[in-house]
Amino acid sequence: MTTATAHSQDYKKLAKVKKNRSAGDWTALVILIVGGLVMLFPLIVILLNAFKTSGDYNTAGPLSWPKEFSLTGVVKFWNASNFPEKVWNSVWTSGLVAILAVLLSILNSFALGIGRVKGRRWIVLLIMLANMMPQEALLYPLYIMFKAIGLYNSQWTIVIIFTVIQSAFGTYLLSSVYGTFPRAILEAATLDGASRWKILKDIVFPISRPTLSVMLVFFFIWTWNEYMIPMAFLVDNSTQTVPIAVSALSGDKLMDVTTTAAASLLSIIPTLIFFLLFQRTLSRGITSGAVK
Amino acid sequence: MTSQSTITESAGHASSRKAAKGTKLSKAARREKGMSRIPGNPSRKFWVYLIPGVIMLAWIILVPTVWNFYLSFTHYRGIKPPTWAGGYNWNKLVHDATFWISFRNSIWMIIAMVVIPIVLGLLVSSLLFDVVQKKFGAKTASTLRAVYYLPQLLPIAVAALAMGWILRPDKGALNSLLQAIGLGNLQHNWLGSPDTALIFLMIIMIWIQLGYPVVIFMSGLQRVDPELYEAADLDGANWFQRFRAITLPSIKPEIFVVALTCTIAALKVFAPVYMLTKGGPGTSTMVPSYYSYSQFFQTQQVGYGAAISTALTVVIVIVSIVFTNVQQKAEREDEE
Repeated sequence: MTTATAHSQDYKKLAKVKKNRSAGDWTALVILIVGGLVMLFPLIVILLNAFKTSGDYNTAGPLSWPKEFSLTGVVKFWNASNFPEKVWNSVWTSGLVAILAVLLSILNSFALGIGRVKGRRWIVLLIMLANMMPQEALLYPLYIMFKAIGLYNSQWTIVIIFTVIQSAFGTYLLSSVYGTFPRAILEAATLDGASRWKILKDIVFPISRPTLSVMLVFFFIWTWNEYMIPMAFLVDNSTQTVPIAVSALSGDKLMDVTTTAAASLLSIIPTLIFFLLFQRTLSRGITSGAVK
Repeated sequence: MTSQSTITESAGHASSRKAAKGTKLSKAARREKGMSRIPGNPSRKFWVYLIPGVIMLAWIILVPTVWNFYLSFTHYRGIKPPTWAGGYNWNKLVHDATFWISFRNSIWMIIAMVVIPIVLGLLVSSLLFDVVQKKFGAKTASTLRAVYYLPQLLPIAVAALAMGWILRPDKGALNSLLQAIGLGNLQHNWLGSPDTALIFLMIIMIWIQLGYPVVIFMSGLQRVDPELYEAADLDGANWFQRFRAITLPSIKPEIFVVALTCTIAALKVFAPVYMLTKGGPGTSTMVPSYYSYSQFFQTQQVGYGAAISTALTVVIVIVSIVFTNVQQKAEREDEE
């Protein structure tokens, strides 16, 4: 907790801008802005075409400014995909995965990083197998198992599978952070006679919260964006997630380009909002829980 | 304290020494084998915390992994039960040119998803942190960071869809742009021709990946004591000297994390290939994941698909073990 305040002080110190900008500083800024524009180019093109009529697109091409502001593409995709339903499916599965995967990572990392159980290096590698396995290799066995317990075509398959997959990365990251957890704090806690569970709940968890919130943001976005497993397991239209609904368009020859652009745009708005809400979390750092 | 000493100390130790150590543990005793980082708590009491994780792992990952390995020794078309095939699939694999091409393309994917994003990511993040944040304000820096991160927010299905549409030959944005600036004769079917498909797939992957190292490296840099930079500044160190002496060593752990996770992702890459090129034209963009997927679900050669994906898993596991070995060695050197 002491580091958190120390960091915010550092941050304030840095926030004071020094005005003696050299030519080199300006060059750096210009390079970064040009690079940024290149990164944005595909999104600019999407934005330009999302609000065009398909007639406009056919005559003037993809780079022109829209002649009139049209919501046809947006409305068409919204209705065809039942967009609010898809967003809700994605939000609750990704949200639940993020929370459960962080909890699982904490338990694993407490045993590995702080508990230093025997053979921890190999256990971490074994857990990392969840991350290493090519997903297509899991599909047949998981399909047969989930079908047997009646969970096929249910979003709970997605929640269970991705909790395990995301917590693998979480355990890898967090166990190394907990491996450097300040011993002085742990020693102080034992002097107070705290139990292991109490130390985890009242000391380790709050102090590592910056790292945990970064993990939460990543897990949410990664799960939201997952493609292969949701595509294989969510066969019913009503259970599908946003990316699956959008990609279904590319197979649909009736959908025109402007609808596709509108769909792409709509599909990133929820994650964009989520990202902007948690922008500040990211700057606090993945390893700031580890006091040096 | 006494009970802890009994556990940590070997039987050979004299009880008088035990009493002496009971109050003040020496550094060597702290690192005693079998002890956790919480004084007085032996490691074996922490196993219980691993139970939920291990059960879930066994169910979702370990059982399917073994199952998949077994399937690689069978003939299986997905309907009738698998029949034993011995080494048939593995023998086929070794002599399959497409399989080897797919791994050659994996090397290109590693260049596009690991090497280039890390190099560019180091450059961008250190410029953002060391120059832009200090001279143009934290707000400018975080806005630019968000711009670089944006492609990471796109679902891969959407990114691929948008890119495929930008690069398509008929009225694609890139061809239109070339036309507009008078380079119309350079128009090309970028993802549809064997000569450009791989390179454009690589460009798309760089575009998607770059934001990840930028964000992770920048968060690592927050840890660095700003006084280090100030001191270097006073000594007249230029940006590149500060980069080499301060930035690079400070974020070594982050570089390892990014390198390992991106290498795994590059070896496993599937969705962009599936959505953009389907491994083609011919086998010019074939990657192992897509190749095994096509065997699993398009030609229904489940046994052969299982062999390809098992081979891919073995490669990924070996790479990861080598990686973590190097990482541990580096960490140990840092401690000394």
